[in-house]
Amino acid sequence: MLKISLSRLEELFAAIAEKQTLYIPSDRADGAAEFTKWEPGKALTQKLNTLRSAKDFFFPQTENIVDFKMEGKNIQVIDQRSEHEDFVIFGVRPCDARSFTILDKVFLSEPVDSFYKNRRDHGTVVTMACSRPAETCFCGTFGIDATEPEGDAACWSDGEDLFIKANNDKGQAFVDSISSLLEEGDTAKLDQVKAKTKEILSRLPLANLSTATFGGDTLNEHFNSEKWAELSESCLGCGTCTFVCPTCQCYDIKDFNTGNGIKRFRCWDSCMYSDFTKMAHGNPRTSQLERFRQRFMHKLVYFPANNNGEFGCVGCGRCLSKCPISMNIVKVMKALEVK
Amino acid sequence: MQEAMIKRAKELLTDGSVKRVIGWKRGEFAYDITPAVFESAEELDKDFVFDDFTSANVSKYLVKESKKEGKVLVFLKPCDTYSLNQLTKEHRVDRDNIYVIGIPGGPKLDIEKIKAKGITGILSVKNDNYTLKIETLYGEETMPFSEAILDKCASCKSKKHVTYDELIGEDGDVLDSDRFDMVEKLENMTAQERYDFWREQLSKCIRCNACRNVCPACTCEKCVFDNPNSGVENKAASDSFEENMFHIIRAFHVAGRCTDCGECSRVCPQNIPLHLLNRKFIKDINSLYGEYQAGADTTSRAPLTDYTADDCEASIVHERGAE
Repeated sequence: MLKISLSRLEELFAAIAEKQTLYIPSDRADGAAEFTKWEPGKALTQKLNTLRSAKDFFFPQTENIVDFKMEGKNIQVIDQRSEHEDFVIFGVRPCDARSFTILDKVFLSEPVDSFYKNRRDHGTVVTMACSRPAETCFCGTFGIDATEPEGDAACWSDGEDLFIKANNDKGQAFVDSISSLLEEGDTAKLDQVKAKTKEILSRLPLANLSTATFGGDTLNEHFNSEKWAELSESCLGCGTCTFVCPTCQCYDIKDFNTGNGIKRFRCWDSCMYSDFTKMAHGNPRTSQLERFRQRFMHKLVYFPANNNGEFGCVGCGRCLSKCPISMNIVKVMKALEVK
Repeated sequence: MQEAMIKRAKELLTDGSVKRVIGWKRGEFAYDITPAVFESAEELDKDFVFDDFTSANVSKYLVKESKKEGKVLVFLKPCDTYSLNQLTKEHRVDRDNIYVIGIPGGPKLDIEKIKAKGITGILSVKNDNYTLKIETLYGEETMPFSEAILDKCASCKSKKHVTYDELIGEDGDVLDSDRFDMVEKLENMTAQERYDFWREQLSKCIRCNACRNVCPACTCEKCVFDNPNSGVENKAASDSFEENMFHIIRAFHVAGRCTDCGECSRVCPQNIPLHLLNRKFIKDINSLYGEYQAGADTTSRAPLTDYTADDCEASIVHERGAE
């Protein structure tokens, strides 16, 4: 497999950034990792994952869609769309890489979301295999192999070298663009690292979490479960879980009067919020129980019902770490699977 | 302590003194503890937990729970009793329908501080004479207890329970804390440095509203930021300063009512030190109107909703702001 010494990472990043904008996960002042634009001297984080997911690159928290300007009886419609420059996201973890597949199913099916597609077309996703999973990881539950990441191109580290392999044409073009820095390398040590990681993955506290009792055909039994009352009881109704989630995809579209014309914008929505899916007639989910239920039913029942059985969660564990009251999809799954 | 709490809760449930118990429920790991309502002895035996990670202030749940039929038992740490008093003062809870058992406070632990040491794959955390022994998937790790203490506990203001119906363990005293040290540091910065500090912090905000929703002082039936008719209800920032304004407005709204329980900073997923905004208000109120601790009692008039001839002139704000 092609490789480059980890001591030459800076050189590799410089070569990528020469051709395209490069984003890598790096540590910010408070110690948390986040994707930032690479510039000379910026180091790859040693943390397992970024605090926020990578979905912002394709589905940003807010974006302007169209502007309206009115003069007399004329309305001018101004398209805010801009063609994006090509960019590379380096170091995406296997869970987040799968989240793009899930988002694609929503935004790239008819009618195609051209804003999302534009960014997907211009972005190259370079993933990084995991070697030190956390106790909150459960990507295996959703059939993700943390040692064999998806993405346009994938990377592995054996502690000395970074190995790289293309997964598709876009990834091949990326590998070709840096081929002068790469050399053929022996993967014996890497194979050992992978085997060790697999062994750890099998011992994770959530390794046995199963989706067997969920899916598109389990709607009635779960929707009417008595467990929701207790599970949702202490939910604060904040949006933390939905905003750190790599697969939450609900959004709101609103018109904003700037005083100098109208801006129509789109922003992330959260099913945890009281005005979620509020329409002219009112709100279809008036209690926190209903909104809480929506989040988990969407990921575990509705999404697979509409997408050939694929679940709407990738087991990244962010909601497990960040929920202010530590209520999360794992606790919900375990509570619901007990009859 | 946990056993004594479960035993007492079961007694009060059994003799019909209370119908429900608010406490903490154990999770999947050593640290992911959820506030919960228990209604039976079986539930208490199975899931009730009180340990180094039961840091959540459960007093806000009383807004809802105290209005239900039958008395509710709540276990409150010293800091949490200030929140309950303030809620009582603002008529947000029915104090007569609440039975408070005061329990010892922290210091509690912050799992984020343990993870920040690079410790991962955490299977258990044990406090062995103030050394944390942490069993992980990658072997055992140790670190000093003192380095994993939650920020809100590190600057604890009081070990005294300001309201309770009974105590388990001993009551403590109001402490001399260093909680205003960082506020002083910020005050001593130049206006530009201070502006840069807050811009860096507040620009991290993802507007998840965790700080607002956990805050015992934020109990409006409909927050202005959730009300489509308010004109400021938005899930998106209209410009890059809007998140800053959200936090500044929230700090003003809880000024004089915030007890400094520290929950806002504990729950912030982006590690924004929001409590510093509230502490600035508390410090100013102390210096301009005399020492005042919100939640210390349920009857006194709060400085910002009272008038005395000694009150500082409004111009003081203008004078202090000049630089």
